[in-house]
Amino acid sequence: MTPTLVIEAGRTERQYWQDLWRFRELFYFLAWRDFLIRYKQTIVGVSWSLIKPLLTMLILTMVSRFAHLPTGGVPASLFIFSALLPWQFFSTAMSESGNSLVTNSNLVSKVYFPRLVVPASSVLVSFVDFVISGLFLVVLMFYFHFIPSSKIIFLPAFVALIFGAAVGTGLWIAALTVRFRDFRFIVPFLVQFGLYASPVILMTSHVNEKWRLLYCLNPIVGIIDGFRWSILGGENILYRTEVIASVVGVILLVASGLWFFRKFERTMADMI
Amino acid sequence: MSDIAISVSNLSKRYRIGHANNVDWGLRHAIEKFLRNPFKWWRNRKIQTEDFWALDDVSFEVKNGEVLGIIGRNGAGKSTLLKILSRITEPTTGRISICGRVASLLEVGTGFHPELTGRENIYLNGAILGMTRAEIKRKFDEIVAFSEVERFLDTPVKRYSSGMYVRLAFAVAAHLEPEILIVDEVLAVGDAQFQKKCIGKMQDVATREGRTVLFVSHNMGSLVQFCERGILLEHGKVAAQGPIDLVVKHYFSSAAKNAVWKANPHDAFRPQKKVFFRRVELLDADGAPSTELDVHKHFFVHMEYEVPRAFKPVELSVRILTTDGAPVMTSMLSDCEQSAPEIEKHGVYRATVRIPGMFLMPGSYLINVAAHAGAGEVFDSLPGIFGFIVLDTGTNYTKYQHNHHMGVVMRALDWQDELVAMRNGHEFPDIKIAEAI
Repeated sequence: MTPTLVIEAGRTERQYWQDLWRFRELFYFLAWRDFLIRYKQTIVGVSWSLIKPLLTMLILTMVSRFAHLPTGGVPASLFIFSALLPWQFFSTAMSESGNSLVTNSNLVSKVYFPRLVVPASSVLVSFVDFVISGLFLVVLMFYFHFIPSSKIIFLPAFVALIFGAAVGTGLWIAALTVRFRDFRFIVPFLVQFGLYASPVILMTSHVNEKWRLLYCLNPIVGIIDGFRWSILGGENILYRTEVIASVVGVILLVASGLWFFRKFERTMADMI
Repeated sequence: MSDIAISVSNLSKRYRIGHANNVDWGLRHAIEKFLRNPFKWWRNRKIQTEDFWALDDVSFEVKNGEVLGIIGRNGAGKSTLLKILSRITEPTTGRISICGRVASLLEVGTGFHPELTGRENIYLNGAILGMTRAEIKRKFDEIVAFSEVERFLDTPVKRYSSGMYVRLAFAVAAHLEPEILIVDEVLAVGDAQFQKKCIGKMQDVATREGRTVLFVSHNMGSLVQFCERGILLEHGKVAAQGPIDLVVKHYFSSAAKNAVWKANPHDAFRPQKKVFFRRVELLDADGAPSTELDVHKHFFVHMEYEVPRAFKPVELSVRILTTDGAPVMTSMLSDCEQSAPEIEKHGVYRATVRIPGMFLMPGSYLINVAAHAGAGEVFDSLPGIFGFIVLDTGTNYTKYQHNHHMGVVMRALDWQDELVAMRNGHEFPDIKIAEAI
């Protein structure tokens, strides 16, 4: 016998998480769909998810060379790419999942499923790109005969952190975009600005002492530095404040993102 | 286990609608209003909306294995009810308890992606409708066979004809195995033959497999054929419930009672449309509102509509249907070029179409009116707005008792009839048929 489902204003939380489990396959299917269609009718296909970070890396490496920026004693391209990896994942995941509800508005207004599935599956798609670029980083390391230190075992922790940051921000932006479409225009600027506000071409240790504490409050800073610290080591230092700010920041982001999204979800179909 | 599948009690749904001066929902607007006067913003943020009760204290029960038809005019709250039942949106007050797995089909092909192949879309659509991968795999061949698109399984559905697309979409939905199925008007698609197949499948689902079905349609023919009980919604309230034929009768009598339709002044949705109807009337040859019309005389459909903002030409259409939902004819404003109004100014417009006498066979009909942009976007549509009766006041057909058996339209055609050869004893003279014609 199937349990009785009760529909009332403000339905219970437990039911929601059960449904989320029941619709776990939809989560994969949506990610699979987005991945399939993204490169339809392109010539190089999936290679784009490699070409994009590669070109960005080349441009930023050139910028770094011309400006004689410090690269912590490792080849500039390796220095840039190890930070670009989490940053690109975060920025694409944030903008894709931010837009996801609006692009899937036909689903949201016509069928029931926990809406959380939609932005979450967008993050998953970006994560596939992240893994592909990650493989390229390995190739790059072979090329430069670079052997990472034992600190690399901490890398999964930072991957988990950036994943959490992407989900948390994605949820916020997804819910806000449903209500205020303005966020479709705001997010690209955030991404552009974020590239400079995060230590992608810069090194945190070279940020002016006066501003460093403020700079470290950005949870992304700690995560990116964490990537560099665990992959490259050497002069790439990881400050304790950064790590604390990142862990606390990500927990807050995910918790508040879930809370806000859940609160908003009830009326989403009426508003979209 | 009780035999009640769905129990709805005191269900209401309120929509908050901003006033005309408050329709701008952008972020800039929200910030600006806050910055201008934070205190005023805080006080006014609730006041500047108006309540619209799409559903108002609706209660009913559906037994296990019952097929329930939901009838009502546009805006009566049918779609809202289905949306709440399928958990797309939450009710404002009230309570529903549902016993069993629910699948709802509010639209055929929800989530189909044009770039994906038929095969991929079956999996995707199945997952969206709540099937597991294993379930889809098991039913895959059955779905493909039902949809009749075997040959195109690996073609992107964007290259499908619209008929194939709809067939595939329905096939996936029809093979869901929920205990409770909620269907909205999906059968109004596809060609006649496929519609028949769909109805057959639905009947199978309901009768042979004993599932509970909630069915919303404007097609009274399929409703009567398909459902046992019905609910009539009017302005968000239950106006009648009981055996389907009684409810359908109630619907017709209430539709025929008034030949004048006026936009509900409390309906805050309608005025937000690009074009909307304010008033529609069915007038007899003398210009008096009536739903009982003389077969010998012409009658009019008179529409008053508003275009709130200047706009490209608007297309109006009037469709006449038989009571079982088959279209008899559709007439468009653009059929008659010289009378198309210049919709370059916003304002209120009036259009009248004259339907000739001695054209519709005596019997009962329904009228749909709609405003749209050419063949594209529909701005406002009022399906089944009037039911009317064409009265037999003595025609050549009067001698036949059931006029509809003779067809739905009448037209005096030219007949030629002449003697071509005299019979000569037992022999026919040799006549070439072609010559005779």
